[in-house]
Amino acid sequence: MITFLVLFVSMLLLYLLLVAGSGGGDGLLGQLFSYQEIGAAIVLAILTAAIARAMLGKAKNRVMNNPGKLLKAPFMFIVFLFPFFYAMAEANLDVAYRVITGRIRPGIVRIRPKLKTDLGRTMLANSITLTPGTLTVDIDEKSGDLFIHWINVKDTKTDDERIKAVCGSFPAWARRVVE
Amino acid sequence: MDAITIAMIVLIAISAIFVLLGAIGLHRFPDVYTRLHAATKATTFGTIFLAVAVIAHGVYSYTKAGAPDQPAYIVLVAHTIVALIMLLLTNPTGAHAIARAARRSGIEPERAVIDDTREVR
Repeated sequence: MITFLVLFVSMLLLYLLLVAGSGGGDGLLGQLFSYQEIGAAIVLAILTAAIARAMLGKAKNRVMNNPGKLLKAPFMFIVFLFPFFYAMAEANLDVAYRVITGRIRPGIVRIRPKLKTDLGRTMLANSITLTPGTLTVDIDEKSGDLFIHWINVKDTKTDDERIKAVCGSFPAWARRVVE
Repeated sequence: MDAITIAMIVLIAISAIFVLLGAIGLHRFPDVYTRLHAATKATTFGTIFLAVAVIAHGVYSYTKAGAPDQPAYIVLVAHTIVALIMLLLTNPTGAHAIARAARRSGIEPERAVIDDTREVR
């Protein structure tokens, strides 16, 4: 039931975002949505949620079954965007420097972030890929180890040091947001 | 020129510089993995700035336009936001899929100082 509600709300919001500006009224609120589009949004969101529920229910996903965490996740995600964009800007300048000078030291390293859920792993892998300089190549599905192509390998001794050097505090954030 | 126009020109210039750097990197880097870095991520960062410029333009024009033209700017801003979200979701996934396919089909990373995937296979 919770899966259904989450899907319903997210599909409703997506549809309404796509048809924003369809209303014929006055002012910002009157211009946003027409009644026909709101009706269509509700019908289509119910249909989509009913069909997709069976698929999402199978995934190992604890957030979907825990209302407290579910309400916390979007909020924490928005907070996460700030350190994320800072890291992204910093790393982009670093890669820009490497493009110009050609000083690279590539390699594929293995890190062990110890995340348990699929959603957390996906989020971490995508964050790592979006920050330039690091690119998730593969994942060991059993242990959750990520293989990361790194454009400028730094020498590290322990596992924790290596995680810190590759992706900073992202694993901690992924844990905070979805686990 | 007013302040918002200058701000938009600056944003578009930053975006163009990063996309250009991505293109240069595509030529300079030695193998598929390093080229993916340049081709996918520098351009994502550039496109974010471009999208922010479009959103700024949309919001500013909305406040200036007459009532019949206003819905067009709402559509512009809303669709740019959707495009930005989709880009941030699909871009790393696509890069990851290409890299994974390349590694599994046996392409070695060139000039690599370390390769942990070798012990696994």
